[in-house]
Amino acid sequence: MDWSQIDLRMVGALWNQAWQNAGITPPLLTVINWVVAAVVLLLVGLNMVIGLIWLERKIAARIQDRLGPNRVGPFGLLQTVADALKLLTKEDITPTEADRITYNLAPALAVFHVLMTLAVIPFADGVIGADLNVGVLYIVAFGSMGSMAALMAGWASNNKYALVGGFRVVAQLLSYEIPLVFAMMIPVLVAGTMRMNGLAQAQGQFGGLGWYVWVMPCAFFIFLAATLAEGERAPFDLLEAESEIVAGFNIEYSGMKFAWFFLAFFLNSWVLSAIGTTLFLGGWQGPFVDRIPALGVVYFFAKTMVMFWVLAWIRATFPRLRIDQMMDFCWKFLVPLALVLLVGTAILLKLGLPSPFDGLALLVWNLVLLIGGFWLLGKAQHRAVYASKRAFTPQLPRL
Amino acid sequence: MLEQYGFIGILAIIAFAFPFIGLAVAWLLRPKRPNPLKNSIYECGVETIGETWVQFRAQYYLFALIFVIFDIEAIFLFPFAVAFNQLTLFAVFEAILFVLILAVGLIYVWRKGALEWQ
Amino acid sequence: MPIVFLILALFTVVMAIGTVTARNLFHAALFLIGAFFGVATIYVLLEAEFLAVSQIIIYIGAIATLIVFAIMLSRSMMGREAGGYNRFWLAAAVGAAALWSLLAWVLTTVSFPVVNQPVPADAIFQIGTGLVGPYVIPFEVASILLVVALIGAVMIARERHRQR
Repeated sequence: MDWSQIDLRMVGALWNQAWQNAGITPPLLTVINWVVAAVVLLLVGLNMVIGLIWLERKIAARIQDRLGPNRVGPFGLLQTVADALKLLTKEDITPTEADRITYNLAPALAVFHVLMTLAVIPFADGVIGADLNVGVLYIVAFGSMGSMAALMAGWASNNKYALVGGFRVVAQLLSYEIPLVFAMMIPVLVAGTMRMNGLAQAQGQFGGLGWYVWVMPCAFFIFLAATLAEGERAPFDLLEAESEIVAGFNIEYSGMKFAWFFLAFFLNSWVLSAIGTTLFLGGWQGPFVDRIPALGVVYFFAKTMVMFWVLAWIRATFPRLRIDQMMDFCWKFLVPLALVLLVGTAILLKLGLPSPFDGLALLVWNLVLLIGGFWLLGKAQHRAVYASKRAFTPQLPRL
Repeated sequence: MLEQYGFIGILAIIAFAFPFIGLAVAWLLRPKRPNPLKNSIYECGVETIGETWVQFRAQYYLFALIFVIFDIEAIFLFPFAVAFNQLTLFAVFEAILFVLILAVGLIYVWRKGALEWQ
Repeated sequence: MPIVFLILALFTVVMAIGTVTARNLFHAALFLIGAFFGVATIYVLLEAEFLAVSQIIIYIGAIATLIVFAIMLSRSMMGREAGGYNRFWLAAAVGAAALWSLLAWVLTTVSFPVVNQPVPADAIFQIGTGLVGPYVIPFEVASILLVVALIGAVMIARERHRQR
């Protein structure tokens, strides 16, 4: 069987032909195709969350030298299914005088915003829900809706702690959206397009070395830090952690509504990993993908899972940041770093260096910023620690 | 191009309806036994005294405002980023001037201590 | 195609009516977010996709959050009823009717120029070249305006802080 001849588009052509033979004409046929595509996309996303939750629990468990779920199903794979069934059948305790409509709308909005971002992720060359001309901005748009969902959840619960948790979550999400947008702007700058599929296609030169992560590691670092904060993951999960302000804005949610927040959290982490894969790790690019297009799906999922694994690894490893440390890190480190990176990248790429050297110059600039930035951060921390220690023990030796 | 947004629209309708379907299924399946104790607001195990009222600090508003400014800046820079490959160096300098003016704004805000979280 | 526009426009108008008639200020803000979303969908119908996503990012993501924060800053948090009517409702109704009739007259009698060319496929590219080309002065003035807003906001907030 000649694998290079198998094209997903052939399947599509056969499908359309079958419907047309049955008498369904193009306008209605397009709508039917859309509905099928939307349902498939949703099913892929939702079913993946089952695997993702299991994976994250296993990774966290193994890093903490314990076993993780291993009772329900082989290797505990059905644990998430059992949890979902439990949440489905739990009683929904609505607090008194909670605003009914907003209270019910908030979890729906949280799931909605994540499911919508699935539409612009390229799973393979051309296998994308809608290759919008504004793909990157579309993702930013629906990401910003997530902060509204958190605010609504906090307000609707009629609970002080939920409200304060909601405010703080919104402050965190808003603040880290700026470095995220700037970090996403830099691949757009280099590729010259905002289409997600176009960004993946632009990373195909030089084999695996055309990926943007090799050329702009600083931008990838900013993206990674902003992703951790946008996904409310450790080490930025002060506001949702179980031991902190008692689970933040979703204190008063139980049962299925809580399940929706939980699902939105994991799917958001996965979607952000997928976006990072597309923007920095080459998306569906890989060996032989131009001859066998279906391999793109394999490469894409492999890279996204690696990035998700890194996110779970970071969660299990680092302690949390305080909220003032988090805000300082964003506004005083990431945003200036991103601005300087953007200006330097723009100037460097216009100097007119020949083809491999502009990439090298870019890499040098990124490394200079990364190392310089961390050095400055280290000095600032050093000064802060020294100043706080000196307040208590004046006999410290001079550093 | 509008066809793509047709798909987005269909996806929006389905994605918005889906959580409510899940909630409806849960509503059918779960027990419903409300009582005043369960429905009272959680406050670390004690009864809530007085009306729920929270001191809303101006800090949150200031952060949101700074976010609006930088958000708009980022939106302005995206078309520049798309057109970047075909621009002259002078045009790039104009855009860098835009970024620098806003960087001056950020430095001002930083020095005035508005970025501190109390 | 016109039916899609009618549905979306109706959605936007209903959300806008909800904004001004909601009893609870937070609900009014939520209806406002719905109205912003409706406007964004109308931009999509006009094939101005960059404008549509900018509308969602800036209005729903940033300005609506700012409005909600302003609501919470200005009144006690869980205050439910916002009092819909005060004594000037008659004057307000007359003024609104006058404004509406003026706008209706203008929209029906003035012939606005209609652009019949299709939207170019590289619209965002052209916006980009335009921003640093023919429209560079408004571009830079916009940045100065943003910095002025930033400085003003910080100054006002600092004064409030010192007054406490």
